[in-house]
Amino acid sequence: MRKTTGGGFGVSCLSALALVAGLAIAAPKPAAAGGSVEVLHWWTAGGEAKAVSALKDQFEAEGGTWIDSPVAGGGGDAAMTALRSRVIAGNPPSAVQLKGPSIQEWAAEGVVANLDDIAKAENWDKLLPALLKSVVTYEGHYVAVPVNIHRVDWLWANPAVLAKAGVAVPTTWDEFNTAAEALKAKGIIPLAHGGQPWQDATLFEVVVLGLGGPAFYHKALVELDDAALRGDTMVKVFDQMRRLRGFVDPNFSGRDWNLATAMVINGEAGFQIMGDWAKGEFLGAGKVPGKDFLCIAAPGKGFLLNSDSLVMFDVKGADKIEGQKTLARLVLGETFQRTFNTLKGSIPARQGMDLADFDACAQKSQADLTKAIAADSLEPSMAHEMAVPRSVRGAIMDVVTAHFNSSESSAEAVAHLADSIAQAR
Amino acid sequence: MRDLDRLIPKLVIAPSFAAALLFVYGFIGWTVYISFTKSGILPRYELDGVGQYARLFANPRWDVAVSNLFVFGGLFIALCLVIGILLAILIDQKIRAEGVLRTIYLYPMAVSFIVTGTAWKWILNPGLGLDKVMHGLGWEGFSFDWLINPERAIYTVVIAGVWQSSGFVMALFLAGLRSFDQEVIKAATIDGAGMPTVYFRIILPSLHAVFLSAVVVLAHLAVKSFDLVVALTGGGPGYATDMPATFMYAMAFQRSQLGTAAASAVMMLMTVMAIIVPYLYSELRERRS
Repeated sequence: MRKTTGGGFGVSCLSALALVAGLAIAAPKPAAAGGSVEVLHWWTAGGEAKAVSALKDQFEAEGGTWIDSPVAGGGGDAAMTALRSRVIAGNPPSAVQLKGPSIQEWAAEGVVANLDDIAKAENWDKLLPALLKSVVTYEGHYVAVPVNIHRVDWLWANPAVLAKAGVAVPTTWDEFNTAAEALKAKGIIPLAHGGQPWQDATLFEVVVLGLGGPAFYHKALVELDDAALRGDTMVKVFDQMRRLRGFVDPNFSGRDWNLATAMVINGEAGFQIMGDWAKGEFLGAGKVPGKDFLCIAAPGKGFLLNSDSLVMFDVKGADKIEGQKTLARLVLGETFQRTFNTLKGSIPARQGMDLADFDACAQKSQADLTKAIAADSLEPSMAHEMAVPRSVRGAIMDVVTAHFNSSESSAEAVAHLADSIAQAR
Repeated sequence: MRDLDRLIPKLVIAPSFAAALLFVYGFIGWTVYISFTKSGILPRYELDGVGQYARLFANPRWDVAVSNLFVFGGLFIALCLVIGILLAILIDQKIRAEGVLRTIYLYPMAVSFIVTGTAWKWILNPGLGLDKVMHGLGWEGFSFDWLINPERAIYTVVIAGVWQSSGFVMALFLAGLRSFDQEVIKAATIDGAGMPTVYFRIILPSLHAVFLSAVVVLAHLAVKSFDLVVALTGGGPGYATDMPATFMYAMAFQRSQLGTAAASAVMMLMTVMAIIVPYLYSELRERRS
């Protein structure tokens, strides 16, 4: 909160300055000025903070003034609370880190800015995958600019451990189950997992995509089709979730995802299912992709997308609007997309870039993304707030985590899932 | 001059009275109002009937939260009282180093619930704490996995809560015991009453006011328990240790369902009122008569 107040103070200082500048009417407007922006975000962890300061440097190089409003903690909950109070007070920040249907929810409140001019000038329609375009537009107008693409359906593996148990890289869930049993027989934890609701939900959506395929995933977890939710495929999904429960160690409850990743790094566990932010942990531990660890697409034909965006809010003053335009142009520019995503471990939201200087996992991710776009199998991640409103996501997470942590039958879980979703909509 | 004398007390009390009116009762009123609207990500002010309450009661997670409140509240209050009174009686026996012991028992109260929760999380974690120590000592069969067992996890919250608060109950009762008239005890002893009889028949029944204060304080601690659950279990495994307060937080700040969150907050207020109102009523009536 203190940071936000600081930002507000900065803004009022600036507007005072602008007023003084405005009094000297005769003076021509400084040509190089890129305007000013206040950016509310929760990119506060190591790589993320570096990635944001890269954007700040670039923005200031254009002659703009950057006001940083980081709100750490709670996976963005604290930042959302700050944002809410700022919007209600009529003093929203220029740009806010938001994602998925939250963008639509804020747009529906009528408090966001329109970026159509800049989108047209920079040809965003061509640069963005259609799915991502639908996420950052509201009623056909651009209201946000995406900064990256994370892939969620990754299977991380320790090749040394797999070799010890004599198992190959699995390509189907049946093969995965066989491999996991073999690891278990050798006394190795097959699946490193942290029992937090969002991690359970990540497993769940990867299994839904794997067993049901992209079309089923879309019907069940994006359109929330009741028949799909109550169908046999969903029963099979929960059966597989029950099997996965048998592959995690007894002490998984409440563990953070990076500690689970460490178990794969140390060879205590064979696999982890987690988005590509896990790569940062491997690289940070000095491991080499392909040699010390494997990044394999989780069994299934598709690509689960998670993407952060900066949403521009409706602010007053030519200086701030100018700043938003400059920021929007820079964020989807090639330079920023390259630096930010190298530092954050994701791949660029801007398509058609040469990724020769990215690591092997990122290149594979981009190749799979291109294929998925062509095959229409690119799907938004439910667990990471890309597919459904937060209320529905919460209802799904409750059911998934309750099933995972109890002896509930798959049929019961399926019924609960459909009922809770119907109630939360 | 005399007018001023009469006016000053009112002037002095006015600001805090106005502040309390707005920031306590004003916001309670606002929350109640919001609970009857369709508020989602931002507050909306068109009324929408009891839809949010219907949603709340249809939510299985709310059922878990409420039943956890009764399990936790009941056990927490009962165990704190039993242990607290027992400690107070034992300390009351004119023992050596009483001051040191009293400090040791009362010390947990000085620790915040967050610290208590985090410490017990480590102690009860099967991979780190008690289990590991016992296995290290050679007792391989020992197993205490309540923290990660959805059916038992709520009892670990009780353990940590009782550890924290029973010292406080001890302090309350010790003060009560010390202010008890020693002549009565002497008289009872002369009449041939043993120590247990003196305590359970004479002293404790006369301490019913202390008893009531302890229950009221413990009960409101139980209803508003939030930090302890967050630090100890994070509401997990799954949402097995969810409490009304953590439920409200999740709805308001993680799920953009302000209306449902407000409805759950109103239900919590009702619970507290159900405890406090009869207490105040009995207090005020006693004073009048």
